[in-house]
Order: sequence, then C-alpha cells, then structure tokens
Amino acid sequence: MLKQLGNGMAVSVGIFLLTLLFSLPLGLLVAFGRMSRNRIVSSLTKIYISIMRGTPLMLQLIVVYFAPYYVFGVSIGGYRFPAIIIAFSVNYAAYFAEIYRGGIESMPKGQYEAAEVLGYSRAQTFFRIILPQVIKTVLPSITNETITLVKDTSLSFVLAQAEMFTIAKQIAAKEASIGPLMVAGIFYYVFNFIVAFVMERFEKKLDYYR
Amino acid sequence: MGQETLLTIRNMRKSFDGTEVLKDISLTVKRGEVLSVIGPSGSGKSTLLRCATLLERMDGGTLIYHGDVAATDESGAMVYASKKDLKMIRRRFGLVFQNFNLFPHYSVMKNITEPPMLTEGISKEEAYRRAEDLLGRLGLTDKKDAYPGSLSGGQQQRVSIARALAMQPDILFFDEPTSALDPELTAEVLKVIRRLASEHMTMIIVTHEMQFAREVSDRIIFMEQGGIQAEGTPEELFSSENARLREFMGKFTA
Ligand SMILES: Nc1ncnc2c1ncn2[C@@H]1O[C@H](COP(=O)(O)OP(=O)(O)O)[C@@H](O)[C@H]1O
Ligand SMILES: [Mg+2]
Repeated sequence: MLKQLGNGMAVSVGIFLLTLLFSLPLGLLVAFGRMSRNRIVSSLTKIYISIMRGTPLMLQLIVVYFAPYYVFGVSIGGYRFPAIIIAFSVNYAAYFAEIYRGGIESMPKGQYEAAEVLGYSRAQTFFRIILPQVIKTVLPSITNETITLVKDTSLSFVLAQAEMFTIAKQIAAKEASIGPLMVAGIFYYVFNFIVAFVMERFEKKLDYYR
Repeated sequence: MGQETLLTIRNMRKSFDGTEVLKDISLTVKRGEVLSVIGPSGSGKSTLLRCATLLERMDGGTLIYHGDVAATDESGAMVYASKKDLKMIRRRFGLVFQNFNLFPHYSVMKNITEPPMLTEGISKEEAYRRAEDLLGRLGLTDKKDAYPGSLSGGQQQRVSIARALAMQPDILFFDEPTSALDPELTAEVLKVIRRLASEHMTMIIVTHEMQFAREVSDRIIFMEQGGIQAEGTPEELFSSENARLREFMGKFTA
C-alpha cells in the first residue's frame, strides 16, 4: 500500500512542479496582455482570466482532456497527464497574472521615471528595476496560491490520473478502510509544510532591503 | 566657464486635458550657470522640468540641448528627434527628484554604478572609481553598501545626486530637492548643491528655499500660472516691484 501511495505521491509532486514551471512565466505573459494598450489583446485576456477564475477547475480539466476527441474527433494516446498539466498551468496562469498585475501596478511611477532619465531602455527598466521589486511584493500571494495548488492536484482524480488522492481512494474502497485517506491527508499536509518552508526562505532572502 | 549655450527652450507649451499648464516658456542656460525657478505650487515648475527632461511630451515649442534639437514644432505638429538621438540627448542631463526615486533593491553603490555601466557602457572599474569619488565628495563613503531604505532622507537625496552626477551630465535639474526633508536634512542637501555651484556645475533648480536661491543662483525665474512672470539676477528679483512676486516672496521670508 505505501509503495502505491508513494508512486501516487511522485505523480502529485510532478503535477505540482510542472504546473509551477509553466504557469509562473505564463502568468507574467498574461499579465502583460491584460495591461496591454491594445484593446483587443486586453479584452481577450480579461475574458480568459474571468473564465479561468469563474468556472471550476475540475470542469476545466475535463474539457481540456476530452476536447480533442469531442471537438476535433481525434484521440491522442497518452494525453491524460499532459492534459492535466495544460489545464492546471492555464488555470494557475490566470491567477498568477492577476497577482503580477497588482504588483506591477503598485510600483511607484517614480521608479520608471528615474530609470528613464538615466537612459534605461524599457526592457532594462522592467527586468532590472520593476520585476525584482514586484517579485518581493507579490511573493506572499504567490505562496498562498502555491499552497492551494498542492491541494488542487488531487482534482486530477476526475481524469483517473493515478496520483496520490486517486490511489488513496481506490485502496480505501478496496480495503473498506479510511487509513489510506488519512495517509494521503498527512502527505498533503507535509507537502504543504515543505512548500511553506521553502517559500518562507525565499521571502527571507528578499528581506535584504527596505 | 564659457558662453556656450547648453539648453535652449523656445515657446514651450503644454496642456493637460485642454488646460494650458505651460504657456510660451522661453529660456536659455549657459555652461556653468545656476538658474533657480520659483513660484507658487501649481504654476507649472515641475511640468517645465518634466518636458525639458523628456518625461513629458510638450505640445509646442522647441527644445535644444547644446545645438541638438530634441523636439520642435513644425507647422503646428511636434516633432521629436529619433529614438537613437534622444538616447544621446538624455545623456546630457540628469534629474534629481523631490522624493529621490532611488532603486530600493539596489545598494547605494549599485544605484550609482549600474546606470553608467548600462547606458554608457563604461567598465565596472571605471564606474566604481566614479562612484567612490562621488561618495567621498558627498560624505557617503561609509554608506556604499547600505540600502536606500536604511538611510535618512538627506542621505538618500545625496545618493540620488551622486547617481545623477555619475552619468556626468552637462546639466543637472532639481525638482524641489529638499521639499521632502526636515530642516536639518535640508541643510545637508543644500550644502551639497552649493558646493556643486561653486564647482560651476550647470544647474536648474526648482526650489522654495528663497534664501538659498538668492545665494546660489546666477539667475532666477519666477513662474506663475504657466508663464514666466519675472526673470533676472537675484538682486533684481529680490528688489523687484512686481506685486505678485513681492506677495509670493513675502510668504517665504516672513
Ligand atoms: N499629469 C498631469 N495631468 C493633469 N494635470 C497635471 C498633470 N501634471 C500636472 N498637472 C497640472 O498642471 C499644473 C502645474 O503642475 P506642476 O507643474 O506640478 O506645478 P508646480 O510644480 O509648479 O507645483 C497643476 O495645475 C497640475 O494640477
Ligand atoms: Mg512641482
């Protein structure tokens, strides 16, 4: 049983890490789209964000997984895991985008102006002056989302992905025992404990100024 | 100290939402000159500096730095120099803000060394040499590894002056450099600016410190409602019969 759960745990961690890997940068791109001066771009990203935040992630998982078959009539072998990563990344990117946007918009105008007068290009200003400060201000919000993500990985059970929660549920049903689910609970708790610890270290690291 | 003209502004105009904030401003600044700009709040002093430093687009007039036209109006439409030329022109001036606008995530040293390394492409050694020299002159050597947030307002403003000077500008603009500071801290910043004046740094200073303006300036401009109401040497302005100017000065010398 523990071996099975261990495998499930590896899958959950994989979903978690891959989702962060894709959604953190994607979220920045979405935030740019949302703040774009191009009306069409900003409206489209706004709609995208509101759909991602306004519908259940579980539904999004199902749609992403079944869309190729029902909409395009193609079935892709081994698509289950990629579908999960796509759905999670696209969903979390929307949340991260709003966090980034809040952080970027909270930056004082004077920082841009000082950089401009000193001859920084727009890209230099963003990546050297603005973004590092934004990261510091948004890190607590990112931490919150990250902790939610750990728990959300269990939603993959709707696609019968063999991750921690799905496996725990199966074993619990077969053995008519709540034990496996308790173990799963402990696992998520410990996982989040580690995540919180790591994020706190990041926050400490950025505490060197102000 | 020559008679070289470093800055020429002719007929500068600027409106915000249909309200004219700068009406036909013309002035020239020669190398080594110190020009102070005084006037009530809302008279357009900051807007003048912001247009001159290219932070704000002007709506009419001509802006020339040392012979290079940054912007001019041709048959009613503003024409700015190319991006590349503006980049060159930006290196001619520096701006010191009222609230410093130092980069809080950079140490004092990095605040001063990164801009010239990035925009002038000078070596790290050269940038550090310049910075250490400036920090020494401004009495900040022991603060070089500090972060702006741990400094007093006066120290922060001195760092921001050092940051501007490290770019080796021809002209330095100041927008109320001491307005965010307590009196004691004001004194330490004014002392630095006085010293720059004695070294013949060309400066345009917006200030409410009348006594300071009187001592340090070669020329003073009095602005009101977007226009230059009076202009002259400190002696001329402080003995002027201009009623509005006298009323304005009265508020500060009382
Ligand atoms: N970005 C802006 N948008 C609209 N109005 C502005 C803007 N900046 C300045 N103003 C207006 O222009 C006038 C002059 O402002 P400013 O140049 O800041 O004056 P001063 O620096 O002399 O106090 C004020 O009435 C101010 O409200
Ligand atoms: Mg002002």
